[in-house]
Amino acid sequence: MIDRNEVLETNRMIEHDLLDVRTITMGISLLDCADNDVDRMCGKIWDKITRRAGSLVKTGEDISRELGINIVNKRISVTPVSLVGASCCRSAADYVKVAETLDKAAKAVGVNFIGGFSALVNKGITPSERLLIESIPEALSKTDFVCSSVNVGSTRTGIDMDAVRLLGTIVKKTAEKTADKDSIGCAKLVVFCNAPDDNPFMAGAFHGVTEGDTVINVGVSGPGVVRSAVENVKGQSFEVLCETIKKTAFKVTRMGQLVAQEAAKRLNVPFGIVDLSLAPTPAVGDSVSDILEAMGLERTGAPGTTAALAILNDQVKKGGVMASSYVGGLSGAFIPVSEDQGMINAVNAGALTIEKLEAMTCVCSVGLDMIAIPGDTADTTIAGIIADEAAIGMINQKTTAVRVIPVIGKKVGETASFGGLLGYAPIMPVNTFSCADFVNRTGRIPAPVHSFKN
Amino acid sequence: MDRIIITVVGKDQKGIIARVTTLLYEADINILDISQTIVAGFFNMMVVADPSASPLSFAEIDDRLTKLGEGMGLKIQTQREAIFTAMHRV
Repeated sequence: MIDRNEVLETNRMIEHDLLDVRTITMGISLLDCADNDVDRMCGKIWDKITRRAGSLVKTGEDISRELGINIVNKRISVTPVSLVGASCCRSAADYVKVAETLDKAAKAVGVNFIGGFSALVNKGITPSERLLIESIPEALSKTDFVCSSVNVGSTRTGIDMDAVRLLGTIVKKTAEKTADKDSIGCAKLVVFCNAPDDNPFMAGAFHGVTEGDTVINVGVSGPGVVRSAVENVKGQSFEVLCETIKKTAFKVTRMGQLVAQEAAKRLNVPFGIVDLSLAPTPAVGDSVSDILEAMGLERTGAPGTTAALAILNDQVKKGGVMASSYVGGLSGAFIPVSEDQGMINAVNAGALTIEKLEAMTCVCSVGLDMIAIPGDTADTTIAGIIADEAAIGMINQKTTAVRVIPVIGKKVGETASFGGLLGYAPIMPVNTFSCADFVNRTGRIPAPVHSFKN
Repeated sequence: MDRIIITVVGKDQKGIIARVTTLLYEADINILDISQTIVAGFFNMMVVADPSASPLSFAEIDDRLTKLGEGMGLKIQTQREAIFTAMHRV
């Protein structure tokens, strides 16, 4: 039988160290909603989402209450919309209509984000994918809950530099369209390399075409729990440090697995994966940066940061893999700036720069995330940042992404505020030397030599 | 329904065990294990109980216990045992 110390340990993690389940995300295929009339298609999309996800929020709340664990977000991911709308969307405005339908459906079922306003263009862009990408600024400015992502490269295909260049401009236009709210539209737009099909975390979630009709994916979190455990082994060897992180990640993931199985059973939907990501929030103590500092860094960004993050990312996976029957998504440690008070402090102290963050993305689970940059950053410079990240992902066979926010009207030294889980961020300086002649070349970067495995 | 774990934390006072167990008895919930201690004047109790014979739903049991706790200035939390076994048993 469970003893009191175990009960106390779990409840201390929940109350004191802010352990929670970050998201239950229902993936819904919209492939069967395709139609040759856009309005009819929107009707089908509305019907399917509201039917499938009608009881998602209530189910999440019930499980949360019964287990005494906070389930922070209930969300939906859908098939990349560029595929669903290919036969009926004749203009960017048609795609905006689809985005508005997704937004309305999300509000009707009570979720707080819906992801999948997406296109997968890692080797080339079809006309409908181009229309969707061109509609992103308008779509994100006219909706509240819709999240968009574009996959511009992969280890198998190389990087589509035409898409990278286009996205540099689209990020900027999205910023301009939402300039009145500190360019918040860009917080809902992720540019990926090696995007996973089953990621439950926003803003990059979409329901991949390799998935079944409906699926439940769960994202666990728990940076506070890991920080607390790491603080208890101060000064001890790397062996002790790694074992401590691993054991903690195991416990956290077991809880996520339980929630995922319960949710799948009650919703009568197959269980997909548990994503073992340490996802920080702006709340004090719920910070990945704090873990790195507890490992022995004066500030995140100091020499040693990349090594510390590599340890953290790897041990989280090692602990989590055995705790769940299916692990997937991004899995590892997220290093967003605006959503992590420790990262914000490190930037403000002058310890953390974009260049150091880029190095950290070689070993974290995703990429440059929620970084506010000056609003006058050139489109080509943003494209250059995307190309750099995509190259890291392509060569290292990992997911990388860029979610930067060029905050229109603001410059280095000022702060952008996005509210809620998205937090706030100091505007960080970007290298201002031009890369225009490089990114303006057309075509693709070929796949790397180690992709030829057949 | 699976077994439930009830934890009671708060300032020590007379009648905590009496009132919690009476509530459980009246709800037709069987107590399987109970342990209690006082640390620096703070009452700390854990009850393992089987609610399978109870006509009440989990939410109703939780509501009644929470209300009792609020009336006595205690924090009473009810959780399904599953979260603890998931986390602490391989």
